[in-house]
Amino acid sequence: MTHPLVAMRARPHPASAPSAVATLAWRAMLKIKHVPFQLFDVTVMPIMFTLLFTYIFGGALAGSPREYIQYLLPGVLVQTIIFITVYTGMGLNTDIHKGLYDRFRSLPMWQPAPLLGALAGDLFRYSVASALILIMGLILGFRPQGGAVGVLLAVVLVMVFCFALSWCWIIIGMLVRTPESVMTTSFVFLMPLTFASNIFVDLKTMPGWLQEVVGRNPVTHLANASRGLMHGQPVGAEVAWVLAASAVVVIAASPVAMRMYRKER
Amino acid sequence: MTDAIETHGLAKRFGDTRALDGVDLRIRQGSVFGLLGPNGAGKTTTIRILATLLRPDAGTAMVLGHDVVRDARKVREKVSLTGQYASVDEDLTGHENLVLMGRLLGLSWRGAGARATELLEAFGLADAAGRQVQTYSGGMRRRIDIAASLVAIPEILFLDEPTTGLDPRSRSQVWELVRRIAAEGTTVLLTTQYLDEADRLAERLAVIDHGRVIAEGTSRDLKASVGSSALHLRLASADQRARAQELVSRVLGEAILPGSDPMSVTARLASPAQAAAVLAALTEDRVELAEFSVGNPSLDEVFFALTGRATETENSEGKP
Ligand SMILES: Nc1ncnc2c1ncn2[C@@H]1O[C@H](COP(=O)(O)OP(=O)(O)OP(=O)(O)O)[C@@H](O)[C@H]1O
Ligand SMILES: [Mg+2]
Repeated sequence: MTHPLVAMRARPHPASAPSAVATLAWRAMLKIKHVPFQLFDVTVMPIMFTLLFTYIFGGALAGSPREYIQYLLPGVLVQTIIFITVYTGMGLNTDIHKGLYDRFRSLPMWQPAPLLGALAGDLFRYSVASALILIMGLILGFRPQGGAVGVLLAVVLVMVFCFALSWCWIIIGMLVRTPESVMTTSFVFLMPLTFASNIFVDLKTMPGWLQEVVGRNPVTHLANASRGLMHGQPVGAEVAWVLAASAVVVIAASPVAMRMYRKER
Repeated sequence: MTDAIETHGLAKRFGDTRALDGVDLRIRQGSVFGLLGPNGAGKTTTIRILATLLRPDAGTAMVLGHDVVRDARKVREKVSLTGQYASVDEDLTGHENLVLMGRLLGLSWRGAGARATELLEAFGLADAAGRQVQTYSGGMRRRIDIAASLVAIPEILFLDEPTTGLDPRSRSQVWELVRRIAAEGTTVLLTTQYLDEADRLAERLAVIDHGRVIAEGTSRDLKASVGSSALHLRLASADQRARAQELVSRVLGEAILPGSDPMSVTARLASPAQAAAVLAALTEDRVELAEFSVGNPSLDEVFFALTGRATETENSEGKP
């Protein structure tokens, strides 16, 4: 240790809000690079789901696996990305308990930057997972009638919804003690939300009372919208419903999350 | 010049625990100030309030003339905190962590990269620059953690127990760093449970216990409060301790300082000359000594004298 510590007597002007968010998103990418298992984790499951459902239930549910995957794949994409949102809360929880957020909070930067940076990194993760699922789908015979544009719009819509949903897990991430409890708590909500939906099975095949419940599930709306977009069917109403629901969640949850974030621990 | 730190009646409670119960501190700029206290004394709470991470329940705290509650952002622009527990991203490499800090502080990518390299060199971490922090040893983590607080040199650096859990070599490396940081003109406020650390590094120190400052001054001032010098006896056998204590008390009056080591006796001396009388009395009574010395009282003894009990350092480690 012989070098001078100085060189920078005057402190630079702190990063602007967008530059802070971009830097923290870069950090999220680095984490993916160093811990690629994070991605492995979230892509193996959907691949398994798709294979199992397509070949085991495909015949019974839709006549043939090839017909079924046209129905299933947009839904599996929805489910996968929704499951990945839990990592937002887990990552935040880890950072808080490792003291990293204390360091961030003691910096003169725009306070929401760490949260938004993490969310931006998540969007990247969502994109990678979406691409993997779509490639696998194409290999298995998925042929979206809406073309590339339809698929892209569907992916963007899923991301908008998941961005909104992430704010809920951020709140949970700050409430509970360990990353594992973030996971279990979130899945208490996510399991019914994704399975009591029309991701795997068409609403029309369900008994009337169940149709009532499943029909009101936001995930059903999202699955309908993404299926419609991918296959080039008119689903404007469903898309609008999903966008509105996402906006409501962001407007309700993000101020709560920010207040909790600023609050001392 | 405005004071680096000035607090009045700082109070903070967590549920039923009074973590701080009226802390008054005044710290000049350009010095190393030590905050000394046992576990649970309120050191971390004080530092977290000063670094704007906690709000006090009562009292005021000014950092470089800015109120920590009302002008939090101004304070953040001028201070850096290295907390008690490492606060870098363990998944990232040392270099990446420092670039992250540099970018957040407003450096360009290139500037942040250069600064990171420079700091890693200065902290003896150049070889580990490209390794994930989770592979670092305790001493390396501590250094990268302190480096992360120096990416832009702050006007005040808070160091919360910078050497707890480090081996003697890493400790002296951190001490050396603190001295150099202070030599650059940064005010350092460090907390410690190690009395010798405060003695070595800090020009002034405050002793804090149960959320109150119970003594403040230079280490010399504090030592003076327990007597000008101290007599240390090490006995050849523990059996003779009672006898030795009795003789010392007879010569010096009520001067024995409490201590738990069965082989030694420590006493306050009004003047070093009294030592001769004690030695004569002990020799006459055939109390065998392994060691006989006169010196400054240690800060341990200061703590005894101030609180009537030993510092509680047993459970200093192992908190998450
Ligand atoms: N977040 C918290 N919730 C509840 N109690 C707390 C909290 N933070 C601190 N305390 C309590 O406040 C008191 C002072 O704690 P503080 O961490 O400031 O002590 P310290 O001097 O830093 O101790 P140590 O040497 O163990 O780090 C302790 O009794 C502690 O248990
Ligand atoms: Mg502490």
